[in-house]
Amino acid sequence: MSESSLVLIGFFIFVISVFLGLELITKVPSLLHTPLMSGTNFIHGIVVIGAITIAATVNNALAGVIAVIAVFLGTLNVVGGWVVTDRMLGMFRGSGQQRGHQAAEPPAAAGPPEGKA
Amino acid sequence: MLGATVYSLPPAWALLGYVLAIACFARGIKMLTSPKTAHLGNRVAGVGMLIAIGVTLGQFHVGWQYIVPAAALGAIIGAVWALRVPMTAMPQMVAMFNGMGGGAAALIALGDFHRLTLGGVVLGPIDSGTILLSCLIGSISFAGSMIAFAKLQELMTGTPITWPFQHEINGALLLVLVAIGIVIMVTGGGGALMIVFFIGALALGVMAVLPVGGADMPVIISLLNSFTGVAAAVTGFVIGNYSLVVAGALVGASGSILTVLMSKAMNRPITNVLFGAFGQVAEGPAGAALAPGKTVHPTSAEDLAVLLAYSQQVIFVPGYGLAVARAQHEVKELADILKARGVRVLYAIHPVAGRMPGHMNVLLAEADVPYDELKEMDQVNPEFARTDVAVVIGANDVVNPAALNDPKSPIWGMPILRADQAKTVVVLKRSMRPGFAGIENELFYHDNTLMLFGDAKDSVNKLIAEVKLQAAA
Repeated sequence: MSESSLVLIGFFIFVISVFLGLELITKVPSLLHTPLMSGTNFIHGIVVIGAITIAATVNNALAGVIAVIAVFLGTLNVVGGWVVTDRMLGMFRGSGQQRGHQAAEPPAAAGPPEGKA
Repeated sequence: MLGATVYSLPPAWALLGYVLAIACFARGIKMLTSPKTAHLGNRVAGVGMLIAIGVTLGQFHVGWQYIVPAAALGAIIGAVWALRVPMTAMPQMVAMFNGMGGGAAALIALGDFHRLTLGGVVLGPIDSGTILLSCLIGSISFAGSMIAFAKLQELMTGTPITWPFQHEINGALLLVLVAIGIVIMVTGGGGALMIVFFIGALALGVMAVLPVGGADMPVIISLLNSFTGVAAAVTGFVIGNYSLVVAGALVGASGSILTVLMSKAMNRPITNVLFGAFGQVAEGPAGAALAPGKTVHPTSAEDLAVLLAYSQQVIFVPGYGLAVARAQHEVKELADILKARGVRVLYAIHPVAGRMPGHMNVLLAEADVPYDELKEMDQVNPEFARTDVAVVIGANDVVNPAALNDPKSPIWGMPILRADQAKTVVVLKRSMRPGFAGIENELFYHDNTLMLFGDAKDSVNKLIAEVKLQAAA
């Protein structure tokens, strides 16, 4: 395929994804605005795979140094963003789940297995 | 580069992995929009990220000796910082991590440019155009986020910084950057010009955020978050990876919705936030407007405790001052004691209570308050009229009636919590100083408003002791 058609396919994918993004969060209770911002902030850390791609294919020192710094920044975004969002959401619970610090454990323990599924 | 001989599309197994990763992101974002599923949603998105990174590393067998240490360092710093940051500092934390992502996007563009041009490739206009766009958006996001971080962390003044011909200068800088970009696109190279472009884009990011006041900063952070999403999407074009295009576009689009929701909640059109230098005007008259002749009605913990103990319904209106005083746990304890006496207790949460939308919910969740007791503004406003006592703790602007009846007020038109409609309003406040936005509050002078001065934590502790005495009596 020619370069311009690959770019056009990319543009096609971009536009559809924008519409998907708009649909996904039409109504969010303000309760969750902060974690949602933090969570989407984590997801754009996906740039780190761009940094890895460049770092793995460089052919000169200057580009290599720049790419390695980009890997560092991108990982900071990914890991920091995820951990802080997880910390925040771990504190939310409904009155059904009550009772202080014991309640912190069950949801946390129940999370990962389902997450991996 | 998409289509250029340098990169081909990833192999089939990698593409399938990326599709799985993207499905996780989309599902994760959706789950983040409901309190019951949000925690799991973040983990689903996390699994998607692990898949994407694993698939990417699996495609390359060189350079790991540089990639792994850099990633390990970033992961350790990010995790430690995220685990240690107090919940009150969440806005600047999000700004910092967002800036890192933007910086990464800008550096990827810069690195790719040098990789190609120093490798002897003459870039076509599409190649250089995507590189320039990614560099521009990423740099603005990085530099803007750093200024936002500095302002919120109080490393610099939170008040708007303005200078003559501000918009004209910023506009001119953008035009210069576009001109440099065109030269690079036409010539297909120019390492020095690219560096100038990068520095200019950073300067634009700094100058765009300097005039924004601290109170408006959350909207800016949300906007920059959306920007970084777009930068990630453009990076996808740069390196020829559609998963970046999708994930970046998802964040860019959902982030822009969130930005609009926030600026609506604050009644601050996004254009005003960017160009209005909010807070600057209010600065001057705020202190002077402490109208002579108006009096406040101070009260004591003893009197207030009696009032609370014999109420039928009490609504707490927490603000950022509550979090600064670290009194969330004490307020919850007081609420529990009142509930045990049969008092109906609600928490009224303004959408922008705290320092960013939804921040107060996080702060109260930290103190074990169940989220279903936290009532949003539309739910709780009809309740105030049949409420005996509204207890305003460390909140100010979100209960300021000036938003409803003073067209000259900077917050005019902002939806507020109608605490003023309660039979009695009690305001726990350190002093008569105006709030974050620097605006005088007439509610404090109302006849049904009692003021309890002092540190919020001390005051609430005294209230707990006094209410317990009531129970014993």
